[in-house]
Amino acid sequence: MASIFVVSAERFIPLFPRLACQGVLLGCHPCFRLNMFSKGTKRKFSDGDEEISDESLVGARVASSYSLQRQSLLDMSLIKLQLCHMLVEPNLCRSVLIANTVRQIQEEMTHDGSWHMVAEAFCSAGQSPSERLVATEVLCRSREQDAEPKLFSVISYEGCREEEVVADETLCSVSVSDTVSNVCLAGRIGQCWEKSELSGVERDEEALEDSRLGSGEDEEIDTKDRASTESPKTIGQVFGTFEIKNGSPGPDSALEELFSDVDTSYYDLDTMLTGMQSAPKMGPYDILDSLAPSHSSPSIVSTPNCRSDLNELDHIMEIIVGS
Amino acid sequence: MCAADSNSLELCYNGLSLSFRMADIISTVEFNYSGELLATGDKGGRVVIFQREQESKNRLLSRGEYNVYSTFQSHEPEFDYLKSLEIEEKINKIRWLPQQNAAHFLLSANDKTIKLWKISERDKRAEGYNLKDEDGRLRDPFRITTLRVPVLMPMDLMVEASPRRIFANAHTYHINSISVNSDYETYISADDLRINLWHLEITDRSFNIVDIKPANMEELTEVITAAECHPHQCNVFVYSSSKGTIRLCDMRAAALCDRHSKFFEEPEDPSSRSFFSEIISSISDVKFSHSGRYMMTRDYLSVKVWDLNMENRPVETYQVHEYLRSKLCSLYENDCIFDKFECCWNGSDSAIMTGSYNNFFRMFDRNTRRDITLEASRENSKPRAMLKPRKVCTGGKRKKDEISVDSLDFNKKILHTAWHPKENVIAVAATNNLYIFQDKIN
Repeated sequence: MASIFVVSAERFIPLFPRLACQGVLLGCHPCFRLNMFSKGTKRKFSDGDEEISDESLVGARVASSYSLQRQSLLDMSLIKLQLCHMLVEPNLCRSVLIANTVRQIQEEMTHDGSWHMVAEAFCSAGQSPSERLVATEVLCRSREQDAEPKLFSVISYEGCREEEVVADETLCSVSVSDTVSNVCLAGRIGQCWEKSELSGVERDEEALEDSRLGSGEDEEIDTKDRASTESPKTIGQVFGTFEIKNGSPGPDSALEELFSDVDTSYYDLDTMLTGMQSAPKMGPYDILDSLAPSHSSPSIVSTPNCRSDLNELDHIMEIIVGS
Repeated sequence: MCAADSNSLELCYNGLSLSFRMADIISTVEFNYSGELLATGDKGGRVVIFQREQESKNRLLSRGEYNVYSTFQSHEPEFDYLKSLEIEEKINKIRWLPQQNAAHFLLSANDKTIKLWKISERDKRAEGYNLKDEDGRLRDPFRITTLRVPVLMPMDLMVEASPRRIFANAHTYHINSISVNSDYETYISADDLRINLWHLEITDRSFNIVDIKPANMEELTEVITAAECHPHQCNVFVYSSSKGTIRLCDMRAAALCDRHSKFFEEPEDPSSRSFFSEIISSISDVKFSHSGRYMMTRDYLSVKVWDLNMENRPVETYQVHEYLRSKLCSLYENDCIFDKFECCWNGSDSAIMTGSYNNFFRMFDRNTRRDITLEASRENSKPRAMLKPRKVCTGGKRKKDEISVDSLDFNKKILHTAWHPKENVIAVAATNNLYIFQDKIN
């Protein structure tokens, strides 16, 4: 089958089996084998020969490298879930396996607090962590700001384009508590989210010292890595396409501000299907476009598979509708 | 396979090979019960049947070769108007029915529809009709002065394939398996979430015997990946899942076999747990042994043989390409980790075979525990040439003739293989090439 997402070789970060407990994360010896499959060389862990006096620093580096790689796997999985061949039904087994992998990563991130960090950036100080629901849906739609946000997923298990698309359907969800909270996919928002996350990290210094070390470094490595390999926006867009939004309408003007410029009309079924989106808006297929290294701005450019399929789809819809 | 003792597979494989280039990617390969016929299905919905030549008494040194016997279009692409989705014409599975008369019957399935095809030979033609003349024009009855009896005259052999039954509209999800029951009257078809039981004569209804679809599709975490009927007990079948489990069900227990009679699962090794553990444990194929006492499952990295009487672990495990374990992330990225490899038994259940990448396929002798890696490629398989065993270098210095893991071609995958039910003849499908290897007579 044709792989239709563009991932440059430099972006690929190999993974190693997950480390079982916190103790191992902090005290492990940096001697694992990391094989670069595509390049055919063995990449040794760079700090292997250095004498490291500060063990916690080593541990933190290992931890951040691990979370970086875990994040990369999460990104990859989400892209795979989003990209489905529009004309033929996607392979259900593959979708289920990828979704389970995503769920696994999210559970782990929830347990070691990385997801927690993400959620905290958006919530008002009064709320305790346990009240925040960490739910992940691939796509969600919010019609009105004050109403209960409705969720829908373009990628449902029933096939890419079903009538159920407009109904509430989540691909995968990890619920930590009862509070409804939605994760939305929106490229532009992601950038705002990223900025606010960084500031959020700086603000909560005392409270989150240990984990912040990991995630702070995370951010640094993140941006450095991204800048060196491709346009910094792209990974941020994918990663940053997750935003945690409180479902219950609260007096949170900061959040309102963030989302005020979101145009939700492009989540309408029709506009998606006909692929008619104006330049600054990000739809599901634009993420695919923006991943190509040559892009610097999110413009609509046809990718061979999705766009021609959409045109065909357009044609078919016309026949069916009889217009 | 220069076996002096036919019970143990001597793994020095002498190949007498044939290869065919097909018009499209081969998606299934299956010998019939006698081994005389070999059917292949491809991505374009075509079925090509090969027939073995009768052994010539003059040429003692050569076994019968396989030649094309019949080609027909089994399935056409369809469009599901309700979902606005295409239905691929790719043949997912072919299963032969045991031969009961001069004609041959097989079932072929694409994602949604199963068809029963009758393949029959015609080598005679009736000539000398009274009411029509030789080119078919009707004769004027008043002109007929004498009556004659039509005579059967020989003609060139014609092989006709005609669809006798079409079993449609019973599967919402993609069909991954079909299996003919030992009663030769019924068969099962399995898709991602359901298994249906059909009668070969009845096309307008089927019984749903397994349904694992959750009420809320968001809760879906496991799908059916393969199913097979027991070779002797017509009430027993098994199905495998994407979580690496196999359930054996008895149709006598209940009409709906959602509750299994036996549950086979190997406990996970906690030290090798990773984010990919579940994906690589997903079973891509399950096959009963001919004896009916064992079954074999194929997951991404290994083949396991299970004793039906022992549910908690397999009795034998064979590593197919363990060197890929460190490459799982790349294989996930390029989707190769989702490849569904099949596996097969030899006629005596003493050996098993499965495919790998780089056009390699592996054979394991269960008695001697020896294994061999062979390659199906045009360069290496000249007719009547011996197949050279291949080796993958996993680390350190690469020896001559070895191939390193990073040089493997992951686009050349052997997913479908078949073993003759009685002899040491194997069919290996490599993308759009079919290789048939036979052992040489010493």
